[in-house]
Amino acid sequence: MAKTILAVDDSTSIRQMVSFTLKGAGYDVVEAVDGQDGLDKAKSKTINLVLTDQNMPKMDGLTLIKSLRGLPQYKTTPILMLTTEAGDDMKAKGKAAGATGLLVKPFDPQKLLDVVKKVIG
Amino acid sequence: MTVDMSQFYQVFFEEVAEHLNSMESLLLGLDVNAPSIDDLNAIFRAAHSIKGGAGTFGFNDMTSVTHVLETLLDKLRKEELALRSEMIDAFLEAGDVLKAQLDAHQNGGDVDEAIITAVCEKLEALSASQDTSAKPKKAKKKSQPAAATTAAICHHIEFTPDADAVLDNLFAELSNLGQLEIVENGADKSPPRWRLNLSSSASESELRETFAFFAQPDQVIFGPANLKLEEDDGYGFFTDVANPTEAANAAVEDEGFGFFTDIEPPPSEPAGFERSPGRRAADNPVADSVKMGRRDSDKVAVSPQSPDATTIRVNTDKVDLLINLVGELVITQAMLAQTSAHIDPVLHENLLNGMAQLERNTRDLQESVMSIRMMPISFVFSRFPRVVRDLASKLNKQIELKTVGEGTELDKGLIEKLADPLTHLVRNSLDHGIEMPDVRLAAGKDAKGTITLRAFHQGSNIVIEVSDNGAGLNRAKILSKAKERGLPVHDGMPDQEVWQLIFAPGFSTADVVTDVSGRGVGMDVVKRNIQEMGGQVEIRSESGHGSTIAIRLPLTLAILDGMSIAVGGQIFIIPLTFISESLQPRIEDIKSISGQGTVVQVRGAYLPLVALHKVFGIPKAISEPERGILVLLEADGKKVALFVDELVGQHQVVLKSLEANFRKVPHVSGATIMGDGRVAMILDVASLVRINQDLAMERQCA
Amino acid sequence: MQATQEALSSEAMANNEFLSFTLGKEEYGIDILKVQEIRGYDAVTVLANTPEFIKGVINLRGIIVPIVDMRIKFNLGNVTYDQLTVVIILNVAKRVVGMVVDGVSDVISLTSEQIKPAPEFGAALDTQYLMGLGTVDDRMLILVDIEKLMTSSDMELVAQAGA
Repeated sequence: MAKTILAVDDSTSIRQMVSFTLKGAGYDVVEAVDGQDGLDKAKSKTINLVLTDQNMPKMDGLTLIKSLRGLPQYKTTPILMLTTEAGDDMKAKGKAAGATGLLVKPFDPQKLLDVVKKVIG
Repeated sequence: MTVDMSQFYQVFFEEVAEHLNSMESLLLGLDVNAPSIDDLNAIFRAAHSIKGGAGTFGFNDMTSVTHVLETLLDKLRKEELALRSEMIDAFLEAGDVLKAQLDAHQNGGDVDEAIITAVCEKLEALSASQDTSAKPKKAKKKSQPAAATTAAICHHIEFTPDADAVLDNLFAELSNLGQLEIVENGADKSPPRWRLNLSSSASESELRETFAFFAQPDQVIFGPANLKLEEDDGYGFFTDVANPTEAANAAVEDEGFGFFTDIEPPPSEPAGFERSPGRRAADNPVADSVKMGRRDSDKVAVSPQSPDATTIRVNTDKVDLLINLVGELVITQAMLAQTSAHIDPVLHENLLNGMAQLERNTRDLQESVMSIRMMPISFVFSRFPRVVRDLASKLNKQIELKTVGEGTELDKGLIEKLADPLTHLVRNSLDHGIEMPDVRLAAGKDAKGTITLRAFHQGSNIVIEVSDNGAGLNRAKILSKAKERGLPVHDGMPDQEVWQLIFAPGFSTADVVTDVSGRGVGMDVVKRNIQEMGGQVEIRSESGHGSTIAIRLPLTLAILDGMSIAVGGQIFIIPLTFISESLQPRIEDIKSISGQGTVVQVRGAYLPLVALHKVFGIPKAISEPERGILVLLEADGKKVALFVDELVGQHQVVLKSLEANFRKVPHVSGATIMGDGRVAMILDVASLVRINQDLAMERQCA
Repeated sequence: MQATQEALSSEAMANNEFLSFTLGKEEYGIDILKVQEIRGYDAVTVLANTPEFIKGVINLRGIIVPIVDMRIKFNLGNVTYDQLTVVIILNVAKRVVGMVVDGVSDVISLTSEQIKPAPEFGAALDTQYLMGLGTVDDRMLILVDIEKLMTSSDMELVAQAGA
């Protein structure tokens, strides 16, 4: 059965790029346009991996991650932050929120696939 | 796997355009003295998003500009610098540069490097500027965030306590030092490994002292130093150094990403998680994909989620195709209606009921589909604050722009075509309508002039007005200019017709030609553009008080309400918007002016009579007007009586292109397919009213 | 001679399947790829103030298509319209137009040897529209560049630049 990845980003072009790349590698992809949308979709589906942007309207990435970790079914699900900042402050916040790791923007499709594969195979 | 990034470019370009528009709107709305932090944040986020996307898709020229933009915006939103109007100007310029870069990427071409460099340097200079005046005001606010950022750090601590440690005491002490969160309870683990998050201003060494009573030093590990992040290519793994299995994972670490926790081997389906029953696709994946012809994941992206309505991006080609298909349906339904019109209603009651139902369904479907292409006129109006601001400062005039009815909707195609003519009209009002501040004051007016853009629906039309409270049109000047150019005018002409003279090609009463307007190149183009959209332009003006130019457009391009008339057995369609009335003339009302033409008297006024059979050379038509029908038409302030054989009926027609395969036919604006499958021409009323105009004028003046 | 031979071997001749049709006493051939379909003649809506050879427009499955009568254009005498009248619907330069002819024969393949340059005079059509003469058995086909003809100012179908 194909693994399902939730891709959360308010930028349509980036979301489409991520979605296209992952689908091409055989994953199922669910897209969400902001944190709230991501949370709603995660609640109604089985997600194997979450990729989330940080800077989004309605609910940002860190808040989404914290909310997901509060749900029993997503306590251990891999969550990766997609962020333009890789400074200590963001790392600390990410880890504190419960993220599994982070991927720095801009990234290229191959790197995305490598990381995803590493996490959920 | 190589991904062709260029397939995402178009969406990215649209996104950037949207971000640039919202940035400009927000910038124009900023109060220099008390800028809203929310707005500054929004502007920052817009620039940030552009940067992120530009970087991802390789448009590095845009990345550099947005980076400098972002830096200054960041300082402003954190209140490290105070906003000055030069900064707003610089931001607007940067926005223009980004627009130009976007355009170059989208449509080819280059952007002058000098302009890009100039803007970046300006922004950098403003970024570096010391701002002493703002500091005292901000000092109070600043202290708190400063304390927060420099003092408190989120410590990620892992430790294995000594066997006899009383952890409650440890946690109590830690809680005194800051905010404690237990991430992982190690009580039931062997060895009992705990994970904590502690937000504290205390340093690591201070905290270690606290732990000293509860665990061996080497059993206490502090983050974020623990977070082994590979910096090279922009990603990192946060790994648990203490866990030996991490070594294997760590060895595999590449560049540019990082994991905070152990990565477990790809997990199997999480146990005990039930699918929510609401998801039909999950229940019947095969059935749904067969029905939809697409994968589940596609379907998911499209289905509406919450009452907070989401939008879907759809290619306009698809919408146009849909509209065409609905148009075909309308034609087919009309054909069926015509065929079934003569059957026995008693015998075929069910069929006729069905036909009536079909007509209602078709009409509802048509309205619904048309509304897809409808967008609020704010999309056009939104550019004008900028236009007015720039132009007013250039002309040293004070202008206020008001907009009314921004939510009024019209067809997307019209929005695109309205932009240029409206811009010209606004620039005209600004340049020639509104007087200089001192002139206004001398006339007892407010130094600040007002330009109002108003949009509203009227019947099946949309009316857009550009009004100003300036000097109004100068009747005498226009008349003398018209006489100079040999146009047929006389002093007794009604105002309405005098104003229409300004639409003559090359017409201009400007004493001085500015580079904004005055060359007389614009107004005739404006009028032509509007006519091509099937609309009309009217002018109202009062000397000393101002002018209003009203554009009336049909709401949709594709379907119009028409009256079909017959001449010599041939059917023509007249768009309903131009028809004032129809009547059967009396022979005594019709007067012939020898050698020139015919006029008809209607309630005291004389209208030129245009015989359609003569215009189109149609044989076997009725030649005496009193035996036919006159349809009174009005367009562009001109009136005419169209002489035809008979009225046939009133119905909606679907516009079909004649010029796709043929050329423009005089006095014909398009074609349609009638219920019987035949083609009928749609009359170009604006050109018909121009025939024989001079006749009526002379008659009236005599 | 040399020049026309080269012209004949240009891309225009690369597709050497021709639809043959008759107009008066002559047989003509046009590139089969320009032919969309062949119909009868009916329900033409007249266009005002157009030359006689432009009969009007028809509704071709929802698209409005102008119809020209080549028999009138070539002054071939009295023309009639009945069930046997043939209209060739062409697809040229992204436009759809129809032309009335006397009759349609068949599709012929011609090799470059079978194609000779057209004579400078004598044909009803201006030589600029002729691609050559095709001979097969004892038939002689006047090969017409139908796209060039239909988009020319002579046919008055297309608005000419600067007009």
